[in-house]
Amino acid sequence: MIRLSLEIGQTQKPEAILFYILAPLSVLASLGMLVVRKAVHAALLLAWVMITLAIFYIALDAAFLGIVQIVVYTGAVMMLFLFILMLVGVDAPDSLTENIKGHRVVAIAAALGFGGLLISLIGRATLNHVSVGLAMANEPGNVQGLASLIFTQYVFPFEVVSALLITAALGAMVLAHSQKSAGARLSQRALSSARFRGDSLANAAGLPSSGVFARHNAVDVPALLPDGTPAKNSISGVLSARGDIQDPTQYALGSLPKVDDEGGDK
Amino acid sequence: METTAELIGQDPGWIIALKGLIVFAVCILLTLMSVWGERRIVSIMQMRIGPNRVGKFGLLQALADGVKLALKEDLIPKAADRIVFIIAPIISATTCFMSFAVIPFTGKVNFFGHETAMQLTDLPVGVLYVLSIASVGVYGIVLAGWSSGSTYPLLGGLRSSAQVISYEVAMGLSLVAVFIYAGSMSTSDIVAAQDKWWYSVVLFPSFVIYAISMVGETNRAPFDLAEAEGELVGGFHTEYSSLKFALFFLAEYVNIIAVSALATTLFLGGYRALPGLGFTESWLGGWFTLFWFAIKVLGFFFVFVWLRGTLPRLRYDQFMKFGWKVLIPVSLAWILVVATLRTLSLEGAPQSVVVAFTGGIVLIVLAVSSLFDRARDKNEIAARDIGEVSEPSFPVPALPATKARLEDHV
Repeated sequence: MIRLSLEIGQTQKPEAILFYILAPLSVLASLGMLVVRKAVHAALLLAWVMITLAIFYIALDAAFLGIVQIVVYTGAVMMLFLFILMLVGVDAPDSLTENIKGHRVVAIAAALGFGGLLISLIGRATLNHVSVGLAMANEPGNVQGLASLIFTQYVFPFEVVSALLITAALGAMVLAHSQKSAGARLSQRALSSARFRGDSLANAAGLPSSGVFARHNAVDVPALLPDGTPAKNSISGVLSARGDIQDPTQYALGSLPKVDDEGGDK
Repeated sequence: METTAELIGQDPGWIIALKGLIVFAVCILLTLMSVWGERRIVSIMQMRIGPNRVGKFGLLQALADGVKLALKEDLIPKAADRIVFIIAPIISATTCFMSFAVIPFTGKVNFFGHETAMQLTDLPVGVLYVLSIASVGVYGIVLAGWSSGSTYPLLGGLRSSAQVISYEVAMGLSLVAVFIYAGSMSTSDIVAAQDKWWYSVVLFPSFVIYAISMVGETNRAPFDLAEAEGELVGGFHTEYSSLKFALFFLAEYVNIIAVSALATTLFLGGYRALPGLGFTESWLGGWFTLFWFAIKVLGFFFVFVWLRGTLPRLRYDQFMKFGWKVLIPVSLAWILVVATLRTLSLEGAPQSVVVAFTGGIVLIVLAVSSLFDRARDKNEIAARDIGEVSEPSFPVPALPATKARLEDHV
């Protein structure tokens, strides 16, 4: 702890200014994540925390790590998060009722365990170790140094992690896969020839459009045929199945002006 | 000779500030000019005249449009998420400028009596920095789609996020070959490494993949699915008006220039003249290098407009299929080839081994493509045998006799 504070004391001025501006913002954003009600807001705050972390990494001379943090976490992981959240719905605030039994206990235990793990890792990395300094660590160049560590000393953990990720991706694909029969989806070509080579050419140019009586949502009002009967196939099949069809005659004017043979009003 | 990084490192504060200002001003000016340029070029391609009223040749048309946009009413829909709705265009418009920080515009120049290069900063991971900025910039589009509280923008935002995730992978993979050959991820080093051959020649497949995915990244036709006006009204910006819409507009054009500048830097030798013409730093070097850079970037811009004037929009599923099933596997295979070749030459393998390896790869590619062609021909013959082609291929009402015959077949 003493060494840590000593190191902060040695921070150069621009870096210190950067830190004192961004660190409170970052902490506020992480606290806000717990408070806000909409999932998308929480995701946004998390993205902001990741960006500030990346800026810290860059300020600490770990340019590659910082940039990769943005590309991978902000660019890909958070974007996927947002993608899912948007699919869930625009106005869906998180339900706060707990429907998993013992949810809270498990969550607290996991959080404590993870915290302990982090502290022990940081302790192992800092206690009883003489730091060689950035100049030495970055001697062949920041990226080259990192690459030679990853692909020599840590190549096995690296490969294990990538295998884990690929397994997870494959698992997700298997879970999300739905069996579709091959002939279910007709190609545009097949649909077109079915229209023109079928028994009747009545619908060759497309179905009649709905909404002749465009008083409100016109898609649920059938069109009228020349003899005055409603054209059933001018309404989407989904609406017909739901029974969401309006009667077109209810929109007819009460008394149509009578037209004489010469075409003038009587 | 000192590197660009060292050269820029000596800049005093006022030069850095001035350079930043110049980059910003040039971007704004380029946007105005490129909006006009795009409309004029497209109009020539479509045999019309295009804007020619405001200013000489209609040059001030974009300015007039900008003023008109600024004076329009600024609407925020009731269903919108106010804060995110306002932040989204700001994210788009600020991030688009940031990638220019690492683009080298010129070689060594005399800047108000100070030796420097027209490049704001030189990061050892410069190209990755541009990628990361692009990935943050998409947040603007996605959030705009989500926060509008309406269906079409939401669909546009969804498409955009899926599109960017898939095409960023292809784009990143296409850059790997450049990194392997240049041995660096810094933009100035990559330009310096192209003094003999441009990477668009040496790494032609990478260049093609980058060029395709950069059109996908910038949401431009034929990949402008996020704002497909035939399907989604205006896509993610349907609910935006006035200055907020203008910010998206600005971001789109600045992004086009940004990806073109990056393509120029990575594949067309940046600010350098065509190798072999005898241009050196002492003869037409210095500020004249800006001319080469501008020519190449404007060339890319012209291609962007050309694509828009020529190609219809892709269907969404075709677009995704193309990204995941064509671009990404091809770039992965290409990286393997490049890495092997590079290692062979760096480890000092004899010439014969390199030639044999290259020949082997070419043979494999030819064999696979001929097998593929054969399979396709077979499919076509099979389709013809079903008897679709023997009938007249234009729609005519079926005659009674023909109909009877068809029924016999069935």
